[in-house]
Amino acid sequence: MAATMSNVDEIRNRVILGEFNVKNVHTTDYPGNYPGYDDTWSLQKFQKNFRIDVVQMDETCMEFDMVGIDASIANAFRRILLAEVPTMAVEKVFIYNNTSIIQDEVLAQRLGLIPIKADPRLFEYRNAGDEEGTEIDTIQLQLKIKCTRNHQATKDSADPQELYLNHMVYSKDMTWVPIGNQADVLADANIGPVHGDILLAKLRPGQELDIVMHCVKGIGQDHAKFSPVATASYRLLPEITLMKTVEGEKAERLKRCFSPGVIELENHGGKVVAKVMNSRLDTCSREVLRHDDLKNAVKLARVRDHFIFSVESTGILPPDVLVSEAIKVLMAKCQRFLSELDSSEME
Amino acid sequence: MAGVDGEKKPVLEMVQADGADEGCVTFVLHEEDHTLGNSLRYMVMKNLDVDFCGYSITHPSESKINFRIQTRGAVPAVEPLRRGLTELTDLCQHVLNTFEKRVSEFRSQCEEAE
Repeated sequence: MAATMSNVDEIRNRVILGEFNVKNVHTTDYPGNYPGYDDTWSLQKFQKNFRIDVVQMDETCMEFDMVGIDASIANAFRRILLAEVPTMAVEKVFIYNNTSIIQDEVLAQRLGLIPIKADPRLFEYRNAGDEEGTEIDTIQLQLKIKCTRNHQATKDSADPQELYLNHMVYSKDMTWVPIGNQADVLADANIGPVHGDILLAKLRPGQELDIVMHCVKGIGQDHAKFSPVATASYRLLPEITLMKTVEGEKAERLKRCFSPGVIELENHGGKVVAKVMNSRLDTCSREVLRHDDLKNAVKLARVRDHFIFSVESTGILPPDVLVSEAIKVLMAKCQRFLSELDSSEME
Repeated sequence: MAGVDGEKKPVLEMVQADGADEGCVTFVLHEEDHTLGNSLRYMVMKNLDVDFCGYSITHPSESKINFRIQTRGAVPAVEPLRRGLTELTDLCQHVLNTFEKRVSEFRSQCEEAE
């Protein structure tokens, strides 16, 4: 049997998932709301309670826990990861020759969505109204390919792979053309598309593509092609408490109501008893609340200040760099207004 | 404001009703949305001197927010705003330091395991 939290602590720290509603959703711990609690902001208290645990990390995906922070700030990080961390993407497409069946504008849109492996921190934003672009704000890429008939193919083959050469245009056919001093400065950064196997167009003999592309720095707010994440999301840590002992056949049914691994059955003197093993794995489907005999035995809640973040990068920057950049963007926003306040104070 | 040419786009404006004291001000923050609005509102609400703090997006097509602060006592409203911004910056700095430390610890842990 789990010990119950006092009512006030529960309202402050937990989001309760009921059968028909969700309770205690908003943050209420502001100074003056709870007598006896000192809720004024204190950096020391925050630093004591705050922690980050990295659960899993590789080159594209990362899962980490952020505990002790408020939803508004966790959400700000998520929004910035999606829309305000800058990247480089194809913006201007100069089509010198396109005799393929794909229309110019459709091809240009496809080229814009390809993630370009270039560290955006090494580049500047392009000045408004600047048509040409300089070496500090532009990356030039070229796509020049012509489809021809394969004269070595057998007479009655019907396989296009054999009959034609260069009939599938992949993103690996996009080559980097360094401008200005980029050849020296960016020599070891192999600039080009992140993935080489993105199919852009299909050609037949006689058709060709001769395209020059300019990539600029932008943010997801302007166009989704600039978003550096495949997706960034968070969920709150679920908490499942058993209010009564559940045994026998009911325990088996209880186990099936949750995601696998959440509830395990233990043997206590012959009888099978249900026990909460790992509530983190639960997807909170609230299936248990559909069963009348089981719904009063369980309390479903979420811990309000424990966020399980999942960041999946498109490959331009590793996910841990993306999170660091997102935090720096929020700091830069605050700094902008602080300096504005200071400058208007001076006048 | 003296010395500002007509081309400059405003970043932060203050709107105050005539006759009201310094403690009740609506700030108009340009080029901002819920990202900064909600997190700044949380930091300002955590301040003891603040009676009321809220923000609203005037129209979804315009990227600006109306951020209102009403203070208790004779505190000018700019002060909780400034304090909220500095506290948010300090919070972000701490989050960044903790995050980078934990990521390098995780990396060295993985390398040890291999």
